[in-house]
Amino acid sequence: MSYLKKSPWIIHYNGSSCNGCDLEVLACLTPVYDIERLGVLNTGNPKHADIYLVTGTVNTQNKEVVRNIYEQMPCPKVVVAVGICATSGGIFADCYNVSAGVDEVIPVDIYVPGCAARPELIIDGIKDAVILLEEKEKLAAGGVK
Amino acid sequence: MVNNHPILTVILWLILAPFLGGLLVGIERKISARMQARVGPPVAQPFYDVLKLMRKENLVVRKSQNFYIQFFLAFIIFTAVLFFSGENILLVIFSLTLAEIFLVLGAYKASSPYSFLGAERELIQMASYEPAYIISGIGMYMAAKSFYIRDIVSFNRPLALYLPGVLFAFIFIMAMKFRKSPFDLSTSAHAHQELVKGVTTEFSGRTLALIEIAHWYDIVITLGFVYLFFAGNIKIAVAAAISAYLLIILIDNTFARLRWQAALKSCWFTALVFGAANLIVLFYILG
Repeated sequence: MSYLKKSPWIIHYNGSSCNGCDLEVLACLTPVYDIERLGVLNTGNPKHADIYLVTGTVNTQNKEVVRNIYEQMPCPKVVVAVGICATSGGIFADCYNVSAGVDEVIPVDIYVPGCAARPELIIDGIKDAVILLEEKEKLAAGGVK
Repeated sequence: MVNNHPILTVILWLILAPFLGGLLVGIERKISARMQARVGPPVAQPFYDVLKLMRKENLVVRKSQNFYIQFFLAFIIFTAVLFFSGENILLVIFSLTLAEIFLVLGAYKASSPYSFLGAERELIQMASYEPAYIISGIGMYMAAKSFYIRDIVSFNRPLALYLPGVLFAFIFIMAMKFRKSPFDLSTSAHAHQELVKGVTTEFSGRTLALIEIAHWYDIVITLGFVYLFFAGNIKIAVAAAISAYLLIILIDNTFARLRWQAALKSCWFTALVFGAANLIVLFYILG
């Protein structure tokens, strides 16, 4: 039995977000949604995290930071792009300094669209990420079927 | 705690202590969540966390950092052996200090600024709580006329009657041992950013799991000290240890983090004023 499913710890990075998605991520931790009941902790420390939540656009200034955090996370790890800016660049996609989505910088596993992404949808994304964590662990162990 | 089969008792406690500690952490997380009007994670959540960490990749800055953490856990277990076999209480305190020193060395070895800051704050914390530990040991000796825990446990009257000031000083520093507000300077029991996570910042995977297990032992040993203050009656002693733990949870949820200067000053003030005054009074009463 895999315990990855029961204790997914997240790290949340805010790109150049308008803070809409950030507040919705934080809303998941509040008494209304209380994502900690599923074992989720907002660690804020890449070396302790399993799931990487990125909100907001990634631009030329912060793409190194995004990559740095990703590389510091121990495997297995899953990246979740939260909000339309993180998934595709949204209305900022055509800006000269903005990447059209986080997946131009690091590999993204789960896309959670929305402006801002609803807490329910973010929780759903984390749920999918948890399943993917298990699959990635199996792949890493060489148990590919 | 100490009966006809001392070796069996020690082995039983060594196996039981991390389960008890993990369960206490799980209950703490549930109670804390309830205090914040949340549902909270399942009581077994700390065990899930540790089992998960065991399966994660172990990222290492320098190999020796993990080596030190293995020593940290080994010496915490050694402390538990001494404690539950009823050995000298001063030896228990010194062994516990040595274990913490290995944690500090491990954090220094990782050479990251957050880890460094955590290690320095851990040293300050050790300097803060050490007087209360030593005074507790001395106080128990003065009342029970022995440094041996097996004699302190079999002392017929509750030591808290002799040592109210010392008990206050000890409960004051307990938040520091449990890594809770207002004294969670070096690392916090809760999920936090690197600066607050301090000593544990650079540890991941299996090594972080070892730190967590060592923390569970530490919780049980610290509550064991509270038990000793009421050792005459098992029911009262267990109730005292549980209520001390609940008090720390309440304080954790109602207080903000203090600066290290305030933490050091307040811990030394309680230890040296209430604790030492208690010892002086006891010295004259018992003659």
